[in-house]
Amino acid sequence: MTTDTPETTASPIVRLRSVSKSYRRGGQIVPVLEEITFDIAQGEFLALMGPSGSGKSTLLNLIAGIDKVDSGAIFVGGVEITALSESELAIWRGLNVGFIFQFYNLIPVLTAFENVELPLLLTPLNRRERREHVEMALRVVGLADRMDHRPGQLSGGQQQRVAIARAVVTDPTLLVADEPTGDLDRRSAEEILHLLERLNRESGKSVIMVTHDPRAAEQARTVRHLEKGFLADAAS
Amino acid sequence: MLLLNIFVKNAFRHKLRTILTIVGITIAILAFGLLRTVVTAWYAGVEASSASRLVTRNAISLIFSLPISYREKLIRMPGVRQVSLANWFGGVYVTEKNFFPNFAIEPKSYLELYPEFVLEPAEKEAFLHDRKGAVAGRKLAQRFGWKVGDSIPLRGTIYPGTWLFVLRGIYRGAESSTDENQFFFQWDHLNESMLKSTPRRANQVGVYVLGLTNPNMAAEVSRTVDATFKNSLAETLTETEKAFQLSFIAMTEAIVVAIQIVSFVVIVIIMAVVANTMAMTARERIGEYAVFKTLGFSWWHIAGMIFGESFFITFAGCALGIALTFPVARSFGAQLSSFFPTFNVARETIYLDLAAAIVIGLVAGIFPAWRAVTIRIADGLRRIG
Ligand SMILES: Nc1ncnc2c1ncn2[C@@H]1O[C@H](COP(=O)(O)OP(=O)(O)OP(=O)(O)O)[C@@H](O)[C@H]1O
Ligand SMILES: [Mg+2]
Repeated sequence: MTTDTPETTASPIVRLRSVSKSYRRGGQIVPVLEEITFDIAQGEFLALMGPSGSGKSTLLNLIAGIDKVDSGAIFVGGVEITALSESELAIWRGLNVGFIFQFYNLIPVLTAFENVELPLLLTPLNRRERREHVEMALRVVGLADRMDHRPGQLSGGQQQRVAIARAVVTDPTLLVADEPTGDLDRRSAEEILHLLERLNRESGKSVIMVTHDPRAAEQARTVRHLEKGFLADAAS
Repeated sequence: MLLLNIFVKNAFRHKLRTILTIVGITIAILAFGLLRTVVTAWYAGVEASSASRLVTRNAISLIFSLPISYREKLIRMPGVRQVSLANWFGGVYVTEKNFFPNFAIEPKSYLELYPEFVLEPAEKEAFLHDRKGAVAGRKLAQRFGWKVGDSIPLRGTIYPGTWLFVLRGIYRGAESSTDENQFFFQWDHLNESMLKSTPRRANQVGVYVLGLTNPNMAAEVSRTVDATFKNSLAETLTETEKAFQLSFIAMTEAIVVAIQIVSFVVIVIIMAVVANTMAMTARERIGEYAVFKTLGFSWWHIAGMIFGESFFITFAGCALGIALTFPVARSFGAQLSSFFPTFNVARETIYLDLAAAIVIGLVAGIFPAWRAVTIRIADGLRRIG
């Protein structure tokens, strides 16, 4: 993790070109995203808003490489991820994207330390190096003293902080968060948002966050609205 | 490695479910092992039989006997080293439930042909010189608390009357597969009594046992023997002791086949049970596997975790089952020693146990693994998100 000042003016970290996505439901094709084209600048903190079912999660999943487009292309950090195979995509995700989910999605049988260590198991780091990275990530989220706790022994806010530590431990350039505060009380939510904002400002991570909460969106530098598969005008 | 202990941790998330599944596998493997051991025991007589001994019997059926006069002809045949004889006596000790095989034999030649029946020299001498003497196997003597010198009455079923024998020796088996449940007495004693009471039935022999100078000549000698007595009053059928034992078992083949089928059915049933447990388990964790995939783990990691868990459960149950098979088979064998002279768990049975465990683990893991691997991440996440 670096503490460089963010360069918002550099080339976009995410570029979407005519991205369409639809789902098949009972023989019927339901279009979700239609011909979406837009860029997200390097070092951006973007909040994606919009009514339920407008396709926010779908869009986020496409950018993060956990879902496939029907047509169009997505470039992330110069890589055309829509052209990658399933296994290339898995490796790419592990190195470049940090995920934060609404329900934390920690592995319940593992301790906070082990949960954060998970993504590092796919790297060539040795045990000692992994330990250093994990401890550092947990320190960043302020949970260095809860390393040996299982998710069940942590509050929702603490679990989400562990999830953030897991997302940043591999030092990815892009953080994606799908309603990261959706399941939290206001105080915990504020802590999480503050953490994301710090990661964006101090470590230069580009953050894309889906949220329903206008207060959460306020923390972001840019807010965009998704309406029935189309991006509404940008508001800052 | 973290992923290695994750499936152990996963396995014990639902402790009761996992423990019940393991207990189920343990019982299935135990039942399988015991049933296989019954089959092994069934064939134990065949295994223990010698290829260098031939058995000559009446060609019509075992129920018909052969004249004693054949003995002189048999001993002169080329390739025949020794001839002995035996009659199935079918005597009952006190009650029918006490069944054990008992034979009238020609002692000297018989003991020579069957070196696996080991007698103390003094006991052997005593047996050879006592017309009414008898010897019993170690297990048989143990079963009824017989000691050398005891008087043992057998009620004849084929040969009428109650017959009194004096136990002159207790033999032990040279091999673990040797039958130590048999009872032998002098054929001369039987024959003399028959001469007195029913001369029509005297001078008859149940089977001749031929010792060969060279085991490779078995087929040749058999042919010569049967050809010699062709068109005589009692035609013979000569075969190796193994073939003779097998023809015995052939009569009960249906039972053995049934037992074998049941033993495999037990495995198929437990396979379905374990597969169901694993399917339930993996369904609950489909979201977690999606998280692993999101983090960049590949299909073989996911499959590895699921198969790891399925093999962990299966092998835990299998190990317990195998460990229990030995003591249970021992007490089982002690109960059934009159039916199964040897009741030992064969090494093949353990191999089959392990093979069954591998198949169960594979079958139980394959469907959940396939699902967890192929489900789209977004769909998997939706299950928990
Ligand atoms: N796997 C799927 N199969 C069928 N339809 C789907 C699937 N995933 C999403 N959809 C549909 O696509 C549309 C967009 O879903 P998406 O989850 O992206 O919405 P969202 O904006 O994130 O909504 P929310 O705010 O409720 O999370 C919805 O109508 C949804 O029902
Ligand atoms: Mg959503």
